[in-house]
Amino acid sequence: MLEVRDVRKSFDGFLAVAGVSLRVERGQIAAIIGPNGAGKTTFFNLVTGHLRPDAGAVVLEGRDITGLAPHDVCRLGMGRSFQRTNIFPKLTVYENVQAAFLSHRGRGRDLWSRVERLYREETQALLGSLGLLERAEETSGFLSHGAQKQLELGIALASEPALLLLDEPTAGMSAAETRETIRLVERIARERSLTLLFTEHDMEVVFSIAQRIFVLHQGRVIAEGTPTEVRADPDVRRVYLGERR
Amino acid sequence: MTARLARLPWGLVVLAVAFFVPAAGSRFYTFLANDIVIWGLFATSLNLLVGVTGLVSFGHAAYFGIGAYTTGLLMKKLSVPFLLAFPAAGLLAGALALVFGFFCVRLTRIYFAMLTLAFAQIVWAICFKWNEVTGGEQGMPEIPYPSFDWIAGLPLVGGWRTAEYFYFLTLVMVGLCFWVLRRIVGSPFGRMLTTIRENAERAEFIGVNVRRYELAAFVLAGAFAGLAGGLFGIFNRGVFPDFAYWTKSSEVLIMTLLGGMGAFYGPAIGALVLILLNQQIVAYTEYWPFVLGTILVVLLFVFPGGLAGAVQAAARRLGSARRA
Repeated sequence: MLEVRDVRKSFDGFLAVAGVSLRVERGQIAAIIGPNGAGKTTFFNLVTGHLRPDAGAVVLEGRDITGLAPHDVCRLGMGRSFQRTNIFPKLTVYENVQAAFLSHRGRGRDLWSRVERLYREETQALLGSLGLLERAEETSGFLSHGAQKQLELGIALASEPALLLLDEPTAGMSAAETRETIRLVERIARERSLTLLFTEHDMEVVFSIAQRIFVLHQGRVIAEGTPTEVRADPDVRRVYLGERR
Repeated sequence: MTARLARLPWGLVVLAVAFFVPAAGSRFYTFLANDIVIWGLFATSLNLLVGVTGLVSFGHAAYFGIGAYTTGLLMKKLSVPFLLAFPAAGLLAGALALVFGFFCVRLTRIYFAMLTLAFAQIVWAICFKWNEVTGGEQGMPEIPYPSFDWIAGLPLVGGWRTAEYFYFLTLVMVGLCFWVLRRIVGSPFGRMLTTIRENAERAEFIGVNVRRYELAAFVLAGAFAGLAGGLFGIFNRGVFPDFAYWTKSSEVLIMTLLGGMGAFYGPAIGALVLILLNQQIVAYTEYWPFVLGTILVVLLFVFPGGLAGAVQAAARRLGSARRA
């Protein structure tokens, strides 16, 4: 599904991502963990085209997408959410998700149709599965942080991605919200047979749903494997798990 | 009650009322109304960039000026009929906007604004210096009115003066432009522009090619400004380089802010209010710019949504008070 080969990126001489390679198989739920500053978000930005790697390649379903612009990457079937909530704050919840449908289905060049009723059923169905249908007409910027994160997931899903990248989907959430969101993500990934790659701070979350874990430290993958393998890895215990316990 | 009021097709109502202005019998009111209608279109075209897409242009007068010179030259020097010379203004202004916009949309925020200003000043300088074509500093006076002979012979609608026929023609043309602009703003394309205004990074990652959409908005805004310019040259009985000068760009930007960039008709309301205020206050004091500055400062702090925003807020409060 996704293969990343030895990508590197430095900023003003600081090596943020120092040659990362990883593979995510179709249908897998994979996680990237690592302490703050390990290069997780930079790595995501390299994969999604927000940053151009200095070296290395990103391959999506056999197709080299290195250096493509984000809107092209999105069209090729990759969806993402951002660590800091990234929605269209003055639009309603409905309009947020509908906009993603419009763009994905290539209706953006339509200068004449009335926008209100387009993809109404699709939008409502998706909002329904996220539990946001009752709030469809609310201005999205006024939603709670947790609801905004769920909405962002909805925006990403409206592009009907095969691979979904979530950058800390539960950042800033309460324990209850975190549990709810994770159940939601897991359910949707299963329903839509999505491949999922996410970063996460909360170890409990990672070990509960990830099938494969990559541990990033100082811009390198220092360990990978199943949750059990990673938990047992002495390097991981030293640099990461140890720090937190 | 308020809901029913809001559902009225206000655009059509205002258009219908506007047709009766010459019947009031004052040439001066017709003149003023004509001025307002054209500036209303100019400001609304700018709002496609400022209010809808979130791009602040400081050089929108360039396209207004190009449109004015296009229609003026075609009608005066080549005797092209209005029905061809008018759309030509939109086409040429749009084409120029495509060239300038190609560079402008590569920059963001203040750099975008500065580059639009720079291009506009280039247009102004060319109009100012190219004596053989534009008449240079002296401009190009005596742009002919379109021919209204055929209509003056008709029953019922005959008997008006040429300037009044031109006013009616302006109403029809601007009405059509408003209709098209309204459709564009309410279309899927318009929604994509709004997502760019709201969050360009996220827009990219729902698959929107942000630069290309910004360029499309820039071209459309330029084209409609060109159409407004084409009308204004005839209305003004002459085309002059200062049509493309930066003060015109700032004037139209002030109208947009004053009227409210959040509402479709906000900028047109801004044009109406600014022109009427200007006309009234100048009669009392030579310190018109001072009064204008004060009004703007108050407005920006008290009603950041402009006049239209203030009206909408009042209507909403009224509506909820009734329901309570």
